[in-house]
Amino acid sequence: MDYHKLTQEDVTAIRALAADVVESADIHDDFCHDELAGEPHRPELLIRARDTQEISRVMKYAFEHHIPVTPRGQGTGLVGGSVCRLGGIMLDLAGMNRILEIDEENLTLTVEPGVLLMEIAPAVEPLGLFYPPDPGEKSATIGGNISTNAGGMRAVKYGVTRDYVRGLEVVLADGRMIELGGKVVKNSSGYNLMQLIVGSEGTLGIVTRATLRLVPLPKKAISLLIPFPTLNKAIETVPKIIRSKAIPTAVEFMEKSVILAAEEYLGRPYPDKSADAYLLLTFDGNSRDEIESAYDAVARICLDNGAFDVLISNTPERNEAIWKARGAFLEAIKGSTTEMDECDVVVPRKQVAEFIKFAAGLEQRFGVRVRSFGHAGDGNLHIYILRDELDEATWKQRLGEVFETLYSRAREIGGQVSGEHGIGYVKRPYLRESLGDDVLGLMAGIKKAFDPTGILNPGKVC
Amino acid sequence: MKIAVCIKQVPGTTAVEVDPVTGTLKRDGVESKLNPYDLYALETALRLKEKLGAELTAFTMGPPQAEDILREAYMMGVDAAVLISDRKFGGADVLATSYAISQAITAQGPFDLVVTGRQTTDGDTAQVGSEVAEFLGITHAASVTSIDGVTPAGLTVTCDLPLQRMTLRLPFPALIAVEKAVGEPRLPSYKRKLATAGKPITVLALKDMADGDESHYGQSGSPTRVVRIFPPEADTGHEHWEGDGTSLADRLYHFLADRKFLQRIG
Repeated sequence: MDYHKLTQEDVTAIRALAADVVESADIHDDFCHDELAGEPHRPELLIRARDTQEISRVMKYAFEHHIPVTPRGQGTGLVGGSVCRLGGIMLDLAGMNRILEIDEENLTLTVEPGVLLMEIAPAVEPLGLFYPPDPGEKSATIGGNISTNAGGMRAVKYGVTRDYVRGLEVVLADGRMIELGGKVVKNSSGYNLMQLIVGSEGTLGIVTRATLRLVPLPKKAISLLIPFPTLNKAIETVPKIIRSKAIPTAVEFMEKSVILAAEEYLGRPYPDKSADAYLLLTFDGNSRDEIESAYDAVARICLDNGAFDVLISNTPERNEAIWKARGAFLEAIKGSTTEMDECDVVVPRKQVAEFIKFAAGLEQRFGVRVRSFGHAGDGNLHIYILRDELDEATWKQRLGEVFETLYSRAREIGGQVSGEHGIGYVKRPYLRESLGDDVLGLMAGIKKAFDPTGILNPGKVC
Repeated sequence: MKIAVCIKQVPGTTAVEVDPVTGTLKRDGVESKLNPYDLYALETALRLKEKLGAELTAFTMGPPQAEDILREAYMMGVDAAVLISDRKFGGADVLATSYAISQAITAQGPFDLVVTGRQTTDGDTAQVGSEVAEFLGITHAASVTSIDGVTPAGLTVTCDLPLQRMTLRLPFPALIAVEKAVGEPRLPSYKRKLATAGKPITVLALKDMADGDESHYGQSGSPTRVVRIFPPEADTGHEHWEGDGTSLADRLYHFLADRKFLQRIG
């Protein structure tokens, strides 16, 4: 699709509509890519949005002149979703970062899209309230979390971002502003367009305000760090934990090599690194006794299945030592290689062990370093393929082969292309293969209904 | 080798409120935990045990519910636990607390080494370790960041002081107060929890001490009088500066130097 290239005349016109406009040559390199190492794409214009009205005016202009618009939060995505792949305007929403309201009677939080995930807990937790979604990247914006339907580490018990969005204010492709959902708990009023926006990666509309659902804050959380002799033994225990009907908030798995990388990255020793593989579980509740009785059965299951021990982290200091490293895994792995790409596949929980074993075997089969960690409890795995010293051609070839192998295996066992990072432009071919023409056709129809001329984040998702 | 480790139960959160009427800390309903600094004391002792073979005894002073942290010390790997608990020890200041602990250590001793943390998160004085050593009449070192060598006769440690680093050789018996740098503390073990569930805890009261004079303990043994407790004022003032990097750096340097945040060394 041919888009209108911005002229000086357009820039002048847009300057009258928006207060903070940066021209292409002055745009910082950071805005030309996300956290994914890929070829950079420079926006033709960067607009630091101030409010919904301004965004509406810009969209109206872009719609009338057929200019692509790509919304962006903090650019922490991993699939190129917030990159201006086809030029046009980048709409930076990071500056719209006010927490607008905490409604203690409706248990809702209303925010602008640029509020950072890390800013939410300090705002709501002193009031005894809790926003459960817990993606590892705490410096991401809530707008970005909504756009990708970010998951995170509490999904086993609490679900994902989608489950906590109650209402959205959205600017449509032509500049009209609409409200979807609201503070209501139940809603059967027609098609749920709000949930279509969640996870749509900026291809259907621009989220300019979100009302999020809060729950009462559990008073206490205890984590268990469980050392196993091998990754297989650790992973094979997961279905037994799920089957025991205990509901941990998180079930993560990790290998020693990733822990060592995180230690080096953070410059801080990990509390235990005696074993080759670990499960990391968290239980929350309102008293120590309640939590202890919840984890007791799980601890015994782990010991019965070959765990060396079950280590208990029961204070904020201990939890921080463990979880800070977990949060740094991605950066730590990134720091250990020259370039990498990731597979954020999700498989049915029963097949997690099998799939991780399969992924680990690819290292030898394709001659490329593979590292993985992830959410064993919800089946969402993060498998990283590392370039190290491979030359460009070999790297591209092996990466393609590994991806192809991983996604087709995932498809065979009922998995999906992305558990939480989204599709962006990088995973599009795999999405098409995975979902097929009928489903993709419906998606394209929805896209057409929201964005008939295709100016919203073009080249992404479907 | 016998090692004593001193630990304390403290409020589970740092956001403890002060009762505006009585001026005392509101402890009701606040969950408690093992003082985070003491985890490093336990870790130091456990590593010495692994290296040399030693018998570890954890000591704590407090009400009966302080047993919780002794159970936790068992879960980390200590061999024996002592709870110093008597109503007559209540209201003790740093001096009376240190005295009671030294009496208890003597009663269970002799020990080759006593290990304490730097300070507690509720009292924050960082004095109890040194005072216990003085009462025991043994040599001691505070601000210990590493144990550099151990022989049957004593140990060599590095102390990190504000302007210099000091290496000391301490003959046993000795006391050391350790810093976080000694090493990341291990986590309590569920296996040990099961194994030590019924393990006894020795309770020491006034009657068990060599010095049975009540006036040396608790409030009556405390010269300190707390006149008022109040939360510190939160200073949220801020300034916004603009300019180029060089002038901002220069301004920041002078701002910090004028307020004596910077000190010229050498």
